Amino acid sequence: MTEIERHSYDVVVIGAGGAGLRAAIEARLLGKRTAIVCKSLFGKAHTVMAEGGAAAAMGNVNSKDNWQVHFRDTNRGGKFLNNWRMTELHAKEAPDRVWELETYGALFDRTPDGRISQRNFGGHEYPRLAHVGDRTGLEIIRTLQQQIVSLQQDDLRDHRDAEGMIKVFAETTITSLLKDGDRMSGAVGYTRENGTFVVFEAPAVILATGGIGKSYKVTSNSWEYTGDGHALAMKAGATLLNMEFVQFHPTGMVWPPSVKGILVTESVRGDGGVLKNSEGKRFMFDYVPAVFRKQYAETEEEADGWYDDPSGNRRPPELLPRDEVARAINSEVKAGRGSPSGGVFLDIASRLPAESIRKKLPSMYHQFTELADVDITAQPMEVGPTCHYVMGGVEVDPDTAAAVVPGLFAAGEVSGGMHGSNRLGGNSLSDLLVFGRRAGEGASAYVDALGSARPAVTDLDVEDAHRAAEAPLTTSGGENPYAIHADLQQTMNDLVGIIRTASELEEALGRLEELKARVKKVSVVGNKVFNPGWHLALDLPNMIIVSECIARSALMREESRGGHTRDDFPAMSAEWRKVNLVCRPAGDGVEVTRQPLLPMPPELLSLFDREELNKYMTDEELAILPPETEREKSPEMSQVNSEETKA
Amino acid sequence: MGYNARFKVWRGDNTDGDLEDFTVEVNEGEVVLDVIHRLQATQTPDLAVRWNCKAGKCGSCSAEINGRPRLLCMTRMSAFAEDEVVSVTPLRAFPVVKDLVTDVSFNYEKARQVPAFAPPPELALGEYRMDQLDVERSQEFRKCIECFLCQDTCHVVRDHEENKESFAGPRFFIRLAELDMHPLDVRDRTREAQETHGLGMCNITKCCTEVCPEHIKITDNAIIPMKERVVDTRYDPLVWLGNKIPRRSGAAASRSLHSGDVTTAEAQARGRLRQKPTDTTALTTLQQALHGQGRFADAAGASRSRVEHAGRVRTARQGALAAHAWELLCAVESGQLDLDGVEDEIATTLQQAQRLTSTGTVLAGTHALHHLVHGRLAEAAEHAREAIVWDRDRATRADDLVTLSEGLAGLGESEEAASALAESQSLWPDNPRLAGVRSNLDDMNVHGRPTPAASVDEG
Repeated sequence: MTEIERHSYDVVVIGAGGAGLRAAIEARLLGKRTAIVCKSLFGKAHTVMAEGGAAAAMGNVNSKDNWQVHFRDTNRGGKFLNNWRMTELHAKEAPDRVWELETYGALFDRTPDGRISQRNFGGHEYPRLAHVGDRTGLEIIRTLQQQIVSLQQDDLRDHRDAEGMIKVFAETTITSLLKDGDRMSGAVGYTRENGTFVVFEAPAVILATGGIGKSYKVTSNSWEYTGDGHALAMKAGATLLNMEFVQFHPTGMVWPPSVKGILVTESVRGDGGVLKNSEGKRFMFDYVPAVFRKQYAETEEEADGWYDDPSGNRRPPELLPRDEVARAINSEVKAGRGSPSGGVFLDIASRLPAESIRKKLPSMYHQFTELADVDITAQPMEVGPTCHYVMGGVEVDPDTAAAVVPGLFAAGEVSGGMHGSNRLGGNSLSDLLVFGRRAGEGASAYVDALGSARPAVTDLDVEDAHRAAEAPLTTSGGENPYAIHADLQQTMNDLVGIIRTASELEEALGRLEELKARVKKVSVVGNKVFNPGWHLALDLPNMIIVSECIARSALMREESRGGHTRDDFPAMSAEWRKVNLVCRPAGDGVEVTRQPLLPMPPELLSLFDREELNKYMTDEELAILPPETEREKSPEMSQVNSEETKA
Repeated sequence: MGYNARFKVWRGDNTDGDLEDFTVEVNEGEVVLDVIHRLQATQTPDLAVRWNCKAGKCGSCSAEINGRPRLLCMTRMSAFAEDEVVSVTPLRAFPVVKDLVTDVSFNYEKARQVPAFAPPPELALGEYRMDQLDVERSQEFRKCIECFLCQDTCHVVRDHEENKESFAGPRFFIRLAELDMHPLDVRDRTREAQETHGLGMCNITKCCTEVCPEHIKITDNAIIPMKERVVDTRYDPLVWLGNKIPRRSGAAASRSLHSGDVTTAEAQARGRLRQKPTDTTALTTLQQALHGQGRFADAAGASRSRVEHAGRVRTARQGALAAHAWELLCAVESGQLDLDGVEDEIATTLQQAQRLTSTGTVLAGTHALHHLVHGRLAEAAEHAREAIVWDRDRATRADDLVTLSEGLAGLGESEEAASALAESQSLWPDNPRLAGVRSNLDDMNVHGRPTPAASVDEG
């Protein structure tokens, strides 16, 4: 057996995006020896792609904002399938998490009185997103990266070892989690640089691996988004929640073909951009669903008035939650009113002076000039839906981010529940800060509680994992991993996309079985030194199993809600709202079961108008709602409600 | 429009390797990274390339295309003729791991040598207050995606491995500049840049700026200003502090120093001076507090004491002399002092200050005001314009815009004068000089109105 590198830590964090870095910072601050293991270089994680901002009810731009309004917007956006406790913690803690970044050196854009500026975004009642132009994700990742370096500088000063307490293992991929009995005992993987196999012995493992977008052909996600954390968790015995909910961002680039899917930030619409079809019509007015009608403008005049006078006008329908906008664009294109390259037009050029476009949306200006020869200050962009985010993920305890397997934790996109059936823009950056910190705290508390009773790693498990990882290199004459990947992406795009039907989902499941068989015979050329073919071969089983979770859950959920639209069940069902779908491994596939959604407690339910709840809940649920008088007991909350009625 | 392109791609590792020839299909709108991916999928599955977002945001896919450091994902194939052979090679300044992937750990080691942001400990969460204009300077540098193309192209290390130990490179000069210009950072970064990170080895050939995919003006906005300040402030913490706070701003300085109003600041400074009349810090505060109240003649009295007690340290002397000339000029401009009575003192002070100054630009604003009080309007406008190009903080810029506005108004350029005045007012509405200047300009029908804040704010 070849040499294996061994490390021992208190906490191993897999993934170095916002959630992973924030978790690692917390674990280190709580005195835990912490390893950060990531597939890319330190500071390159997918978080850099986030453009719009981090949602936090600081109330800097509109003082009416508070956690209750944010809580309400989040649950409304998720169509009441959210884990209420996660949305409560998220709304309450997001402001502190954002302010904390300032103490690490982050430089957000400012209000005239010098506080953090906040911008409008789809589904958020008030301007709420802390931002830096349209490169907020980069600011957050760099800030957290620099904070980790700062902690390492402290450790160098205090312990003469910069990497003694917190160390980054960059370009290292985890292929398996290890267990001792029913508890986590560590993780194994390989380094890209030389193919060395690495074992991390650790009682606590935090998954912060992000999403699954690389299973789709048109996606805003990078190659890293292969669903590793989802697959690792499930293989280790954890459960995945509501995997059918995949967010298609309404505005990805559609031309040129090679950049299809690259994100066009929602800030374009938040700052005044409008969507038009080939007839020049602002079509979003035709797509305001009944549940949102009260909050959105009915005329262009009213919509345009909102930017300057948000209390006297209702919001423009371009700022509906992402699922609504994505479906609307899909419908316009299908009806033959699309743009030449198969999208619709997003026009900011006729709405803002060129100078302010360049100032407010510098990356977008840059991106379109460089990649598409389009000057967005002079002509409209062509945009269409792109696979962007998975709402489903590892089922976790809201307060500690603990999965059902002792010692396993998950935060950020890889976790489930927080965003319900549809995530609001801006809520992912705040999600990863809030729950990244909680995961670091939860893992540390778990390690403390273990005391000296540490789980052990067995050599047999390590050898098994090692052999499995080397298999594609020792097989010859098998399938090319790139071909399998292309087929998987095409399958998911064609059959498990924005609009789904039972027959197509069944077909997809059939094709996934074929892919599963093919991937077992995959073979790669070359050796273990930075060999992308080998890396892809190891990622493929993860992508396929996660795709199966999505397809099976999508087939089972016979309704349309948020990021899951069934052509054969187009309506939202109050009965299905009470149901979470849970994935577990079964054989070499996946089994999906129903599990009741935890009901929201009365004091939080009272934040919503009865009229609104009527649209979502069953008669039985409505019958046991607290009487309206409940609300009068809390003057702050009733004020919030009356504000909404006015708006 | 698909065609077959000819590529030469470097294959190998740190010990051996060579350019390998490929013919590969290219389609409309593709970038070089698409072609590399096609090679992986169809011809060379183990071709190593580092990439991530494919949208120019992560800075992973750095390599050299036809010898130029570029991002593979932001280099469009349409930039090359169809019959052109395109070469793709790994970054030259770093050791090769395999094919196009290099070992960039040098950069992570250097990153760890730059002390982190040092926040003011007394501020609690949510209490940070910073002006948009002030954060924008650092924000430019925080656009950096760490592609390390600037590090690769910098000739100090590109072919001189031996320099790597003592030279941090452009990426970390902008990191230092970013921290230096951070409104709340409390460390002396300029000195660190020079003494620890090899700023002096850079001879500003601007190669780094040319290759920056984020179009950060590395040389002009980070390296040159730091080099200037190294010369101005070396080994003098007092002057460094003076640079951290707006240099000529009475009100703003007091706000930073005492978080109170100018009269409180004045009282505190006087209190300290009663105990130690030669305390130059207190004298500086007093001068700035008096300036903030528009009492320029009194401020000139304080700056005169500053000059007397400045000692022999070059930079401290230079700072005191510059401040004194400035106060005298403001006093003359506002009519608090008579030009004839103080012209000799102004001229001598300015001359001495200039002799201690490294570049012509540092005192350009002061020279502009000097010309103005003598009625040499064209010269005043010219020097003010030059000053504005180099101004580093909003108060100084606001002041120089006032001078410019007055000069232009006198020359009959009332429209331009009004817009300079407007910008000045929006930068620093409480500038004590404005009170006096406004009536002058009103006589000439020049009214500046501050630009609406909306253009800066996202509300």
